[in-house]
Amino acid sequence: MSTHVLSLLVENKPGLLTRVAGLFARRGFNIESLAVGHSEVEGLSRITVVVDVDQLPLEQVTKQLNKLVNVIKIVELDYEQSVQREHMLIKVRADNQTRSQVLEAVTLFRASVVDVASDSIVIEVTGNSGKTGALLKVLEPYGIKEIAQSGLLAIGRGPKSITERVYKN
Amino acid sequence: MSGAQAVVRSLELLGVKDVFGLPGGAILPVYDPLMDSTELRHILVRHEQGAGHAAEGYASSSGKVGVCIATSGPGATNLVTAIADAYMDSVPLLAITGQVFSHLMGTDAFQEADIVGITMPITKHSFLVTKAEDIPATLAAAYHIAQTGRPGPVLVDITKDAQQADLEFSWPPVIDLPGYRPILKAHGKQIQAAAELILESNCPVFYVGGGIVRAGASKQLKQLVELVGAPVVTTLMARGAFPDTHPNNLGMPGMHGTVPAVLALQDADLLITLGARFDDRVTGKAALFAPNAKVIHVDVDPAEIGKIRHADVPIVGDAKDVITDLIETYKETAGKKQPEMTEWWAKLNNLRQEYPLGYSEPSDGLLSPQYVISRIGEISGPEAIYAAGVGQHQMWAAQFIKYERPNAWLNSGGAGTMGYAVPAAMGAKVAQPDRVVWAIDGDGCFQMTNQELATCTLNNIPIKVAVINNSSLGMVRQWQTLFYDSRYSHTDLNTGHDTVRVPDFVKLAEAYGVLGIRVTKAEEVDAAIKLALETNDRPVLIDFVVSADAMVWPMVPQGVSNSYVQYAKDHAPTWDMEE
Repeated sequence: MSTHVLSLLVENKPGLLTRVAGLFARRGFNIESLAVGHSEVEGLSRITVVVDVDQLPLEQVTKQLNKLVNVIKIVELDYEQSVQREHMLIKVRADNQTRSQVLEAVTLFRASVVDVASDSIVIEVTGNSGKTGALLKVLEPYGIKEIAQSGLLAIGRGPKSITERVYKN
Repeated sequence: MSGAQAVVRSLELLGVKDVFGLPGGAILPVYDPLMDSTELRHILVRHEQGAGHAAEGYASSSGKVGVCIATSGPGATNLVTAIADAYMDSVPLLAITGQVFSHLMGTDAFQEADIVGITMPITKHSFLVTKAEDIPATLAAAYHIAQTGRPGPVLVDITKDAQQADLEFSWPPVIDLPGYRPILKAHGKQIQAAAELILESNCPVFYVGGGIVRAGASKQLKQLVELVGAPVVTTLMARGAFPDTHPNNLGMPGMHGTVPAVLALQDADLLITLGARFDDRVTGKAALFAPNAKVIHVDVDPAEIGKIRHADVPIVGDAKDVITDLIETYKETAGKKQPEMTEWWAKLNNLRQEYPLGYSEPSDGLLSPQYVISRIGEISGPEAIYAAGVGQHQMWAAQFIKYERPNAWLNSGGAGTMGYAVPAAMGAKVAQPDRVVWAIDGDGCFQMTNQELATCTLNNIPIKVAVINNSSLGMVRQWQTLFYDSRYSHTDLNTGHDTVRVPDFVKLAEAYGVLGIRVTKAEEVDAAIKLALETNDRPVLIDFVVSADAMVWPMVPQGVSNSYVQYAKDHAPTWDMEE
């Protein structure tokens, strides 16, 4: 098994997410993360899916996804040829004694503090899963109270755009 | 114009002539203008499942899109089995359902069901329409999707407020489907590779599936087969796609296929796969299927290629176009060359001689179901249409009727839906009123959907129903005989010999205004079939009371290599279940 990042350009129609997620479930594929948002073209959304499958089933899943009438295009983004980021908000215990050490970790990881209370702070961090994982490890001894994490976002490197060829055809 | 009127007008403009349905609260607005339509014939069914299968039979016998209509909630959910069936067998089906008012959706309103959600895994696509002005374009898009590329069922769910609201009707509407572009024309390089692979082979087999029937490619297939000279097997869905009387036809492959067809695939060095999908009922244990064969796989659905079996030459395209191109390329590439198949044919002809399709008379001396079915086929001929239910009678109808043309054989192949036959035959008779249409049904299947006989009688749809009555759920019983030590758990239906006959099929027929005939002896068979063929002022039902002990042979037990096909003409073989 290996991790693959698929970027789907889809029509923004009701039930679209159900169709995509349902297809994964029905055909026995596991979604590791999912991120949905608008694309640069009105009416089109972009879904970034991370799946954990072998190469052969991956081919099957892309073919099945392509059959969904509202799916316009699918590209696999490999690690080298794309920028991949996830976004995380971490609420960590921090009182007068530990706050400065926590803030030091925030600086080292080029994360930022977005909320401060008397005994906690909320940290925002963006990066690949290696970076967010490492930060979590550093913060763990202070006491992590809560995490909210986005699905992976990915975009191809260089000038090409996923919507580019769609409207030339 | 109201949304409801737009539904009717759109269907008329799409060329729809017949629809099957049953009204209810959320679809009531549509039924009002439907009453005035002179171009649309609506046939009122007795159960929405019947409407769904009737639309399937209509489509499968004619190649046109079948249309069914139901109301919201239970009306819509009653269509689900037929929609799933159409999905599995790639039947072009348009299902229109009423939905509760859009402001009530999500409130658990009376007769509310999320039918778009429910049918998502079993439709090619589905639409929810909440605005009247979206109705024409949505119906046109749905109709287009249902019949193009790989055909399939499309559901259009229309809220009651959308049906009641007014719109400016214009036709043709703009169909905007940027994500739907079926590939019909194949790549020339792939066609060339296929031609070369065929020429290099010594033991090729045309593995022909239902895609040939859906694509209307039988004529092209025959040309190609005669050009190449290779043997042909026609799957359950492809019976009739290639004539049974053609010398190259080895019959049906698979679990109950002929020995020559099963072993030809098994021993082939090349499978020329046309519109078939390596279903488990054909391949047996897939890893051991046709172990030495290279594969050319032609399918209009790219997802079928490589799904089960790796394709050496994958070809995505419409079967008719691909075969036409392949014929030309093959001629150019071959020149005077031909694949060397002398030994191959000698081997296959030997198998044909040694293992012809046959059956033995039941040991209890009762009527043989295979005999009945072959007589129906022989007397009614290849121009008739034969719709089967699911089970033993279906397999015998696939084996012992000779099919000479596509769209003559209708059955539930992928889904295996018991109860398909009567409504499907009804739909076929509506589509093809000049043809004789038989429903070859089992006593179990028949009891699932026989209410549509009322529809047939009242709407002058004179189908013929042959109930192959072995008083049991026969195929399950066969497995119990073979694999469960003859412990017949809940398979006895009490409709046959020496039983209480509940229900009595002849009386049931009469209650429905259908001519009912009972046949218990071989010498009565022909006369009953002839009487059925002569009777066209009402439907006919023949209760063929047959032996419960007859079994479907040949058979490949589940989960083993097809090389273990059991011929078993005179005896039940034993085999190791642990394989």
